[in-house]
Parts: sequence; structure tokens; C-alpha cells
Amino acid sequence: MTPELFFQYLFAGITYGIMYAIVAIGFNIIYNTTGIINFAQGEFVMLGGMISISLLQFMPLPLAVVCAVIITMLVGALIEMIFIRWLDNPSVLRLIIITIGLSILMREVALHIWDESIRSLPYFYGNEITTIGIGPVRISPQVLWVIGVCGVVVIGLSLFFKITPLGREMRACSANRTAAILCGINTRNMVTFSFMLSAGIGALAGCVMSPITYTQYDSGTALAIKGFTVAILGGLGNSMGAVAAGLLLGILEAYSVAVVPLAFQDAISIAILLIILFVRPHGLFGSSEAARLTEF
Amino acid sequence: MLKIRNLDAGYGKLRVLKNISLHVDAGEIVTMIGANGAGKTTLLSTIIGLVHPSTGSIEFMNRDCAPLASRHIIAAGCVLVPEGRQVFAPMSVEENLILGGYVLQKKEGKAAVYRELKHQYDLFPVLRERRNQLAGTLSGGEQQMLAMGRALMSRPRLVMMDEPSTGLAPLVVRDIFKVIVRLREEGNTVLLVEQNAKAALSIADRGYVLETGRIIVQGPADDLLANQDVQRAYLGREKIE
Repeated sequence: MTPELFFQYLFAGITYGIMYAIVAIGFNIIYNTTGIINFAQGEFVMLGGMISISLLQFMPLPLAVVCAVIITMLVGALIEMIFIRWLDNPSVLRLIIITIGLSILMREVALHIWDESIRSLPYFYGNEITTIGIGPVRISPQVLWVIGVCGVVVIGLSLFFKITPLGREMRACSANRTAAILCGINTRNMVTFSFMLSAGIGALAGCVMSPITYTQYDSGTALAIKGFTVAILGGLGNSMGAVAAGLLLGILEAYSVAVVPLAFQDAISIAILLIILFVRPHGLFGSSEAARLTEF
Repeated sequence: MLKIRNLDAGYGKLRVLKNISLHVDAGEIVTMIGANGAGKTTLLSTIIGLVHPSTGSIEFMNRDCAPLASRHIIAAGCVLVPEGRQVFAPMSVEENLILGGYVLQKKEGKAAVYRELKHQYDLFPVLRERRNQLAGTLSGGEQQMLAMGRALMSRPRLVMMDEPSTGLAPLVVRDIFKVIVRLREEGNTVLLVEQNAKAALSIADRGYVLETGRIIVQGPADDLLANQDVQRAYLGREKIE
């Protein structure tokens, strides 16, 4: 492998890895406040992309992205309020099955609204063939957008959770739900907020990655599997771990092309998921103690 | 302040509390003693709204609070220091306390919370020393103090404590009980649930004895301390005459 090719693969891996990481962060936010995996997370990503593409006919790109994120957040909140909020002490398994049902529902609705065609947002800067040279490597400016947005999301989230009262209350809810209730916090609202937040982050990811990966009514499923792998690999609930694990998976996938045919890319991430579930279910960066305390 | 009449409660079909009636007046320390599984924790959970009663009434400050959600009961001034401390382990001591002031902040704003924070640090100097430490790294006694400070942050009228002495060294237990006495001196009302019957009765004004979900004996703390049945069952003293 020539050095140029080596770095080219590296950048491709980083780009995909970061996209997986953003999806995984969405998983983590909901996991932290509710203890469940929201299997409809990939659908939030798809919705963000699709809505922004549709809105683009009526407004400029930045506005379309902002509106798409807001609409997806509202959808997230609505879904939580309709399907989850009113349940009295639901079991984790029941909640997970509800989210699986929701993902199917959202996919079918998307199929009816946007049919089966593959769409994409235009490149935020330049077009398909615009490249920027970094040393020997030529990358698309969209890659920088993806990396930048991910950076902003990760930093913004950690500030949100550290500094703001709402963030503190959400962390309290995840650290000890009973104690949060005993402080007078409305934990149900915290769950709604966490669905909104992770829907918004998913939608934002869906917008920035749309020019690279394209968006289709069922593109959320594959992303959800990758995001789930990354979330487990990084240790559930650990956002920094998710970024590291995302990069790891993205880069592994990228280099795998050099060894095995392209079609095996997805098989690799599923193989990693299985191995990690068998060998280290608490992830590379999670603590085994925390994993034992979780409800499944 | 707190009046409970003919209360029945439990989980699903399991009836844990049977026909409980009790009252707590302002400025009192009332203790509820009983063995494991007597229903002490269930009683407190029912008062605070975590468990809903099947029949009976719970009146707090002349307001029926049986149908209310926990957060409304807490906002009305009734707080619980739960069994096993239940601090927010991955958060700092100060964050734990500020979260305890959640209700106060909604009522009176941020400034009130920080005033109260100072007050708690005066009451528990060790918490001021450890303000930036993660709550999970504190010792058991310090965690108990943090849990109490957190509950007191909302400036409650009635503080309920679920077995504050569990798993603590005797010296630490003495400190905790000193704080409880001090709370009464400051005008608070305390409902103290304890297995450590002797210590609890020695600081309380009145006491109730709970056995398998029923109140079997009640009266002034001194009378209970002198009561032979109570002595035999809970104070570990059997007089052979």
C-alpha cells in the first residue's frame, strides 16, 4: 500500500467513524436517562436527512438543516410522549421492543412520504469533485464539515451536561433515578428531553452525512447497527468512548477494503459487535461494574 | 403536620402495610422502629408518593397527598433521606447538594439555593472540605451526611429518614444522631425510621413499633424504652426475674 493510499483510507475511515460516533452518542443519551437502547435512533438520522432535503425546495441550506433538526426533535419528543411516557414502570425489554416497533413504523411512514428513491443534500461547500489537499491526501470539504459538526456536538454536549441546570438534572436522573425523584425532579420530563436531544443530534448527523452517504427511507437501519456496535464497543453511556470506538470501527472498515472485498464491510462491524458482546460486553472503555448493574 | 389514617399499601397483590394510623406534630422527632421486613421503608415510600396506597388517607399540612406525585409532595415540604444514602455517585458533593435544592430553586430562585448551600456546609463542615470530590468516593458516614444535606437543601418542613445508621461505625452513628437532634433544635420535624431502636428512642419524643405491617405499640419514647415487650424484641435486653 502506498503512503498516499494509506492516508486516503485513513481519512475515509475517520469520516465514517465519526458518523458512527454521532449515532452512538444518540444511543448513549437515551441509555443514560432510561437504561434502554433506542433502536429507532437510526431513523432519527434518516428523518433529519430526508426532512432537510424536502425543506431545501423552500429555503436556503442552513435554514433547512436547522428546521430539519428542530422538526426531528419535535418528532422525538412526540414519540416519547405517545409511546413511552405514560407507561408505569415498564420493563427494559418492553421498552426496547417498543423502540424496535417504532423504527419499523418510522421507516414505513418515510417510505410513504419519500418513496424508495435515493436522495441527498448538496455538498455544503463546493460539489462532488471539490477537494482539499492535506499533505498527500485529497479530501472532500464535506469531510471537514462532518468532523467539525461532531466536534461541536461532543464539546457542546459535555458543556451542556456539566454547566446547565437541565444537563445536571439529566445526569442526576441517569446516576440514580430514585434519588432524582426524591429531589423533586420530574424524571419523566428528563426522559422526554433525552429523546429530543438524541433525535436532534441524530438529525444533525443525518444532514451533514447526507451528501456523502446519501439518504433513503431505510438508511437508518444500517447506521443503527453500526452506531450500536460503536456504543457497545466504547462502553454504553460513555460519549468519549463512543468517539474513540467510532474512529476505531471506521478505520478498521476502511482498511478492510485492502484485504477483503468491499461487500464484507458490514460483516466486519457485525463480527466486531458479536465478538465484543461475547468477550467484553462492557466495552473497551466501560467499567465492568457499571455493565453488571445494568438491567440486561 | 402529618396525619395518616387507616393506610393500606403494598406492591401489586402483596399487602405490606395494614391499617396504619399515625401522626407527626410540628417540632417533634418521631421514630418508627421495627425489624427487617416490617414495612418501614414501604411506609416512607408511600408517604413520599413512590408507592400509592390502596386505601386510607395521608394528610400533610392539612392537604390530602395520597394521590399526588412525589415531586408535589416534596414541593409541599416533605422530604425523604432514603435507605442506603442513594447519593449521585458520579457527581460532585456540591452538585448533589444543588440538586437537592431543585425544589427551592423553582420556588425562590438561585440565590436562595446558594444561601442554603452555605447553611448545609455550616451544618456539615466535612461536606465543605469535600465539595469538589465525587460523592461515590466519600465514606459511608460522609455519604449519609451528604444525603441528609441534600434533603435539607429544599428547606423542608418534615424530614423523613430511612435507617440513617445502617452500616456505619458507632462513633459515626453518634454524629448522625447529634445532627438529627440539632435539626429539631432548629425547628425541623423528623420522622426517623430505625432498626437501631435504642439509639432512635433515646433522641425521639414519641415512637411507634411496626411489626409485619401493623403498628403494635405506640407512645412516648421513654415509655417504649421501659416497655418490656419492646425491650425483649428490639432492645436486646431480656430480664430474668
